[in-house]
Amino acid sequence: MGRNMYEKIWDAHVIHEKNGQTPIIYVDRHLMHEVTSPQAFSGLREKSRKVRRPDFCLATMDHVVPTKDRDKPISDAVAKKQVETLAANCEEFGVRCFDMTSEKQGVIHVIAPEQGFVHPGMIVVCGDSHTATHGAFGSLAFGIGTSEVEHVMATQSLQQKRSKTMGVTFQGKLPSGVSAKDLALALIGRIGTAGGTGYVMEFAGDTVRDLSMEGRMTLCNMAIEAGARAGMVAPDEKTEAYLKGRDFAPQGREFDQAAAYWKTFTSDEDAAFDKELVIRADEIVPQVTWGTSPEQVTDVTGCVPHPDKQGSDEARKACENALAYMGLEPGTPVVDISIDYVFIGSCTNGRIEDFREAAAMICGGKVHPNVTAIVVPGSGLVKKQAEEEGLHKIFLAAGFEWREPGCSMCLAMNDDVLQPGQRCASTSNRNFEGRQGQGGRTHLVSPAMAAAAAIAGKFTDIR
Amino acid sequence: MEPLVKHRGIAALLPRINVDTDQIIPKQFMKRTEKSGYGKYLFSNWKYREDGSLDPDFELNREAFKGASILVAGDNFGCGSSREHAPWAISDHGFKVIISTSFADIFFSNCFKNGLLPVTVSAEALKSLSDEIEASPGVSFDVDVENQELITPGGTVIRYGLDPFRKESLMKGMDDIDWTLKHADKIYGFEEKLRMTTPWLWKGYGIKPL
Repeated sequence: MGRNMYEKIWDAHVIHEKNGQTPIIYVDRHLMHEVTSPQAFSGLREKSRKVRRPDFCLATMDHVVPTKDRDKPISDAVAKKQVETLAANCEEFGVRCFDMTSEKQGVIHVIAPEQGFVHPGMIVVCGDSHTATHGAFGSLAFGIGTSEVEHVMATQSLQQKRSKTMGVTFQGKLPSGVSAKDLALALIGRIGTAGGTGYVMEFAGDTVRDLSMEGRMTLCNMAIEAGARAGMVAPDEKTEAYLKGRDFAPQGREFDQAAAYWKTFTSDEDAAFDKELVIRADEIVPQVTWGTSPEQVTDVTGCVPHPDKQGSDEARKACENALAYMGLEPGTPVVDISIDYVFIGSCTNGRIEDFREAAAMICGGKVHPNVTAIVVPGSGLVKKQAEEEGLHKIFLAAGFEWREPGCSMCLAMNDDVLQPGQRCASTSNRNFEGRQGQGGRTHLVSPAMAAAAAIAGKFTDIR
Repeated sequence: MEPLVKHRGIAALLPRINVDTDQIIPKQFMKRTEKSGYGKYLFSNWKYREDGSLDPDFELNREAFKGASILVAGDNFGCGSSREHAPWAISDHGFKVIISTSFADIFFSNCFKNGLLPVTVSAEALKSLSDEIEASPGVSFDVDVENQELITPGGTVIRYGLDPFRKESLMKGMDDIDWTLKHADKIYGFEEKLRMTTPWLWKGYGIKPL
């Protein structure tokens, strides 16, 4: 019996395994940001420990950084301290940090791939659940808590239990107007936010092979929203082409040597998974969430559901709570929902391809007078490239704001916050209560759907 | 970390599913660089009304649940972000045990790092525990880590699963890093081997034993 990709990567990283003990696995890449690292650095300091492999680490400030007026000091004193603490910690422990003065700064899950820092076959961790993004490169990438961040810093390893595996195959050509984001949301709608709990998902099938690296990152990014700790896609020629020439990718003859090694991690033909799922991608239509959990999602052609039609008492109550919070009536067609705000960005959809897709929807239109729309590049380099392509001019001419890179309104830890009751079409990953601001109402959509909503002032079927 | 061997305490009922870490500890309290003091922010967005007063509709604000140390909640507890601030807040608030039908993976693992015991029970068991709390609000349950048993005054005895290593770690209050460092030579040996397999990642870097 062959092995699947997860099993191959796992086997190649087990340092210690003994009956009755949690295995210890080696970690190749440790990504850090300002919110989940300070307590870990303090822990090291208290015990006079060092970072074992500073060259395997990459840090940046993304969660709390402002996306405008970057020439001025951060006005929020607590956020400012958090940013300064990361800079000081990185300096003290010798960790590479792209700080706010660097054009390489941005959302950690955008900049690490952009730098060629993550390679197939690696184990990648970060104190952030959306670390799942990096599985797009055929790595095993997952989020960890701050205690584990400290553990990885001190030992370059992690105590970790083996996961179960789920093979998720998408078949068929993506219809026009449907993107990787819609694949992810449709999957979550089908299996629920706990559907992948205990599993690592491998995404396969012709639909996934046809996705760009950006699309694969969007899909893997949302695996955590399906409850899976990680999502992954087998490396192929697209993966190699993406990595070639990037700063942290191997160069010259070593690249070929590495590429040959990376190929060994793809799942064997006869590999088995603990669970398998096949989804027809050609039947998927643009998705819009209506509730306060990513599983509360429907087609753009659909309606807000009725609580009485939910399966269980608990689901009915969750639906009632969600509708009350979202200020929505059952039976309302999705295309009748008006919005106040549009956020295009985040580790899910803050890459160049996302901005190209969003800009293409504008077609000379203007942002609806009732709508505030912001575009936040995932990194300084994404911003630069978008500007070279003239995308920023399209956004600005239409009335979108063009901001500096950061997590921004995905979780509203900076000044980009919804006011209570405001309704937002967002390209981010979570529609939890208060996620974008207390009382704020989030609808998760693809970048093209968000841009179209900005112009129309409500959701529209972009097909 | 304080060891957890046996615990008796008031069980509070939070009958909601998919309780996410954004609700457990809202992001506005995550800009701090400390590890302690998050208890007062637990479920802050649900706990308080806009004027800052306690919301009587929030389940955990019930008088009977004052001083509770066992939290009984609906399916998929702790989903969402990896923030360890969530178990820090729960623990700092005084909870020692969380009972649900399922937990999100990262949250589940984070609990053990903080001496918190997440207990996974069947849907029937959760219903029976919830019914007992509703019938006598303020009731206390007994949690025995060694025997992996949850006992209620109503006579319900639930035997729950627990990974033997995590159990030992919890009962002894073990430090994970100290334990791993007992295998420092293996980590070093592994790196020596890796240097041969992926030489392009090890250029110019002299590795030393831990």
